[in-house]
This record gives sequence, C-alpha cells and structure tokens, in this order.
Amino acid sequence: MSDTQIRASADALMRQSTTYKPPRDPVQIIRWTLLFMGAVVMVMPIVYMLSASMKYPHEMFDLNIIPREPTFENYIYVLADGRFIKWFVNSLVIAIITTISAVFFDALVGYTLCKFRFRGRYLIFIAILSTLMIPTEMLILPWYMMSLHFGWLDTYWGIMFPGLMTAFGTFLMKQFFETVPDDFLEAARIDGLNEFQIWWSVAMPLVTPALSALAIFIFLGNWTAFIWPLIVTTDQALYTLPVGLTTFSVEQSVQWELIMTGAALATIPTLIVFLVFQRYIIRGVAMAGLKG
Amino acid sequence: MATVTLRNLVKAYGKTEVLHSINLDVANGEFVVFVGPSGCGKSTTLRMIAGLEEVTSGEILIGDKVVNHLEPKQRNIAMVFQNYAIYPHLTVRKNIGFGLRTSKMSKADKEKRIDEVAGLLSMTDYLERKPAQLSGGQRQRVAIGRAMVRDPSVFLFDEPLSNLDAQLRTQMRLEIKKLHQRVGNTIIFVTHDQVEAMTMADRIVIMKDGHIQQIGTPAEVFHRPANTFVAQFIGAPSMNMLDARWQGGRLHLAGQDLTADLNLPDGSALTVGIRPDDLIVSETPGLFSGTINVLEPLGTETLAYVDIGNGYEVIAKASGRMPPKLGAHVDLVADLANMHLFDQNGKAIS
Repeated sequence: MSDTQIRASADALMRQSTTYKPPRDPVQIIRWTLLFMGAVVMVMPIVYMLSASMKYPHEMFDLNIIPREPTFENYIYVLADGRFIKWFVNSLVIAIITTISAVFFDALVGYTLCKFRFRGRYLIFIAILSTLMIPTEMLILPWYMMSLHFGWLDTYWGIMFPGLMTAFGTFLMKQFFETVPDDFLEAARIDGLNEFQIWWSVAMPLVTPALSALAIFIFLGNWTAFIWPLIVTTDQALYTLPVGLTTFSVEQSVQWELIMTGAALATIPTLIVFLVFQRYIIRGVAMAGLKG
Repeated sequence: MATVTLRNLVKAYGKTEVLHSINLDVANGEFVVFVGPSGCGKSTTLRMIAGLEEVTSGEILIGDKVVNHLEPKQRNIAMVFQNYAIYPHLTVRKNIGFGLRTSKMSKADKEKRIDEVAGLLSMTDYLERKPAQLSGGQRQRVAIGRAMVRDPSVFLFDEPLSNLDAQLRTQMRLEIKKLHQRVGNTIIFVTHDQVEAMTMADRIVIMKDGHIQQIGTPAEVFHRPANTFVAQFIGAPSMNMLDARWQGGRLHLAGQDLTADLNLPDGSALTVGIRPDDLIVSETPGLFSGTINVLEPLGTETLAYVDIGNGYEVIAKASGRMPPKLGAHVDLVADLANMHLFDQNGKAIS
C-alpha cells in the first residue's frame, strides 16, 4: 500500500470516527448492554484485586474501589519477603521450561501425525485425543504414584513433567499443520533439507500464530497451576507462586491484602507474555491472510 | 544437464494402477512438456522423477544412473510448484538462496550466485522484499530462481503458470522459453493447457488415463495426431469429428458422398476429423452447408458454430472483419487433403 493510499484510508477512518453516532436500534442497544455487563463481570475482580492490594487490613472488606488510605506497604512487605521472590522465580522457570517443552513437542508430534503416513497414525492420534477426556483431578493420583516411585517428589522435574507435552497442543498443532501446503515441504525436501530441518525451518514459521496461541495457553496454565504443585511439593523453597500465596492464609487469619498484592504482582508476567506473543499472532494472521 | 529416461514406469496405489508402463527418453537440454486432462498421471510422473512419489515398478534414469531409490536431494533436480512454494517469512534473497543452505559453497560465493540468478530473472531490485510485496509474476520468478540457483541437471515444472492471469501467463511462458534457450538445461514441464505445451515444448508428451497417447514435436501432434483423443485435445478450438463409412469406393460423410483414394476394407466405419482452421465459411458451394447457431468473434477471425444436419454441429472459421450473420445459411469449404481419418478404435489411419 502506498503512502497516499495509507493516508486516504486514515482520513476515511477519521471521518468515520468524527461522524459516529450511538446506535438507536434496540437490538444493538441490548447487545451493547450485554457486552458492557460481561466486561464489568470480567474486569471487576481484577480491579478489586488491585484496589485491595493498596488497602490496609481494616479496610479490606469495604467495597469501595478507591482505597480511603492508599498504601504501597503491602507491595514493599511482599517484595521484601525473600520467599515471594523465590516462588516468583520458581513459577517463572517452571512456566517457561514447560511452555518451551510443550510447544516444541506438541508441534513436533502434531506435524508428524499430520504430514507423515505410517501405520497406526490414526490410532495414535485418537489415543492422544482421548486423554483430553480425562479430568486432571483423575490423573493426579497416577502422577503422584509415579513421582513417589521415581523420587520426583519435591523436585522441579516433579512439578513440570505432567505438562511437558499436552494432548490439546498436539491436536491444535496438527490441525494448523493441515493448512501448510505440502508443496512447501516438498520444495524444501528437493532443496536438500532433512525432515527435522524442514519442520523447524519451513513448517514452524508458517504456523507462528498457532505457536503463539499455544505458548500463551500453556504459559498461563502453568503460571496459575495450583493443585499439582501443591501436592507434589512440601518444601517451601520449591513452592510456585499460587501455592506460596496460600501461606499468607493461616489457621487464625487470612492476610487478604498480602494475597491480593501477590496476585497483582503475579499478573505482570502473564501480561508481558500476552503482549509479546500478541504481536506474533497479529503478524501471523496478517501473513496467512495475504492473497497468493 | 542430463538425460532423463523412463523405462516401463508403473505407479499403483494399492491395487489401483494409475500409470501404466510409461516409456520416455528426454534428451540432454530438451524441453519436454507433459500435457493431458486432470487425472491423466502427468503430475504423478513428474513427482516420481523428482523422488516425491515412490516408483511401483520400472526405472527412472537421470543421466545413466538409476535414481529410483535416491532421495530427491540426491537426484540433482529442482522443481517449481504450481503455488510457487516460496516461503512467506523469508525475503526474496533468502528464498532464492534457500537451496544453497546445504551447499558447501562459501558465503561470498552463495551471495554471488544469488545475485547472478536474480540478475537473470530481473529480480535484483526486489531481493530484500518479502513475497507478500511481490506480484504473481515476480513470485513465480522467485520460485524459478530458487530452482536455478543450485544449477541442477534437470528442471521440473509442475503447472507453474496455472495461478497467473492470462496476460501474465503468456509473458511468463515467453520468459521461461527464453531462459531455457539461455541456460539450456533439460526441462520437464507439466501443464493441462495445450497452448502452453504447443508454444514451449521441443517435444510434447500427451497423456490420458495413465497412458502416453503420443510423443512428438508440436507440429507432429497437431498435424499428425495418433488418435482421436490427441486430435481433439491439441488445437483450439477442438477438431470437428464426424462419423463416416467407406462403402463402394466412396466416403459417406454427414450426408455427403465423397470420392477418395483410401486403401480400406469395404464397409469400414471411420471417424473423420477436420480442424476448424480447415473448414472455411464461404459464399461458394462447399463440402457442407448449414445454419449458423453461434458466432464467436475473436477479432482477427470469427468462429461459427454451424448446424450441418444429421445431428452435427461443426466449428468453422469466418472472416473477422466481415463476419456472417447469426442464423444465416452458409456453405463450408474444406480441403480434403487436410482431413484426418481414424478407425473404429480411434487410431489414426495414415
């Protein structure tokens, strides 16, 4: 698109925005109201969490959004507590390693199931898919028994191993690789690349949007994982952030202001991950949408 | 450069045989075009030469080496695909140089080679662009460049012009032909477009249902088609086909009795083929007469679809400047020497 065309499009958009009028159609009004209500329901807990993180304990259960006596003492307390930083780092390391591993293996298996013809391929795919039907809670006992047997309790590996490859990711990547024309792979094959190089250098860059989406899902899933890390660890030094935050809740009292502060700080990496990968998602979608 | 030889090449998927004993010799530096309708096996043959499909039986030789069990990269071939297969995330430079990734050339030599190829294809100014910023023709050139950069023995083209509009297709056709004249590599080109085949090929291989119907130069397949399929497939518009009978020393054709000198058993059923170019709308009485059903003005000439009775509608040529009128009763003259005769099985009678 030339500069003149871009300018013309921008002018057209500006004209649209200046001539915008609120909808009068009742259906449209209902639609907007429902959307607004949905947005409030989703945003309010986050706003409350941020608000509560800047309140003193006596003000905690007041519903006012803006604290009467705003304070950053909770943040100073939490960050000064060495345990929080340790849990934060634990969560970060575990989420990053698990994300890299899951994206790598899910994409590799998804590609293999999609692009190679071999006996039992369909059976393997169905077997992987069928694991999606088993709730995580049902898997915890076998995971625990494995960890106990292999000595993985109270280790990083023990926390990470169930998430190093996912059935959902394999399915998602297989479906996305279906959209990659075989010609790309065959051209690379003729150019002398081996199968791993073809997957890595040709197929993977063509499914960047899917990889980004998968990375976000897996990172968030591991960052917020609670039950399994709680069960597999007893050593506080190995706690992840969600598990560590529960230590602010003791028998006699719950330090909600500290839990809210920890939770608020815990959202920072997820925001960064989303913002970073969102760029790739948009770029990928734009690439895929280009006319051939 | 190298020769390509196919010996009794067979391809089967399970029990279904899709290519039946294909034999072909492609000479060094020759431009051979496989042409035929969809599903005739032309792309399968090409993919087998490339090593992208397994050979069920028979042999493929590139040069004097049997390559049946060699990987595509070991065959020293390059292929251009229908949808270009250029990588959207790489620049033109990286796309063209992609085939050199596994080469042992120095970085400087690789860059030099990329620049050389880009120069040959007039793509020097676009080397840092991404494919999305190129037109269809430029993308096709990048695909050709990627094939050229490794200087392969044989170029394989799998319907590379199908995605281009008519004007660009004509232009690219010419460019590929010029390129072949300049670099002289052996080329095997697959297309379903007989015009492409006729204009580009040194020799054409016409295929149908997994069988080779005829191999010959464009002039040979046009003027001496081996059977009714080739006769109708090559040439646009298609050859007129009329049933005839050789009886009592005369040829009975669409209600006409013609004298001819044919060495055939009495009572033979025949098919007579007349190209529209050889059937001219005339004011003087001719071979047939009939009513014009449809006119197709093409500028330099007009095609007239004429109902000549007996259930036949033939295509004839008329003047472009002074075309006849729709519905007019016209005479059609033909030179009997240019007629094509086929037996009951559709095979040409010489």
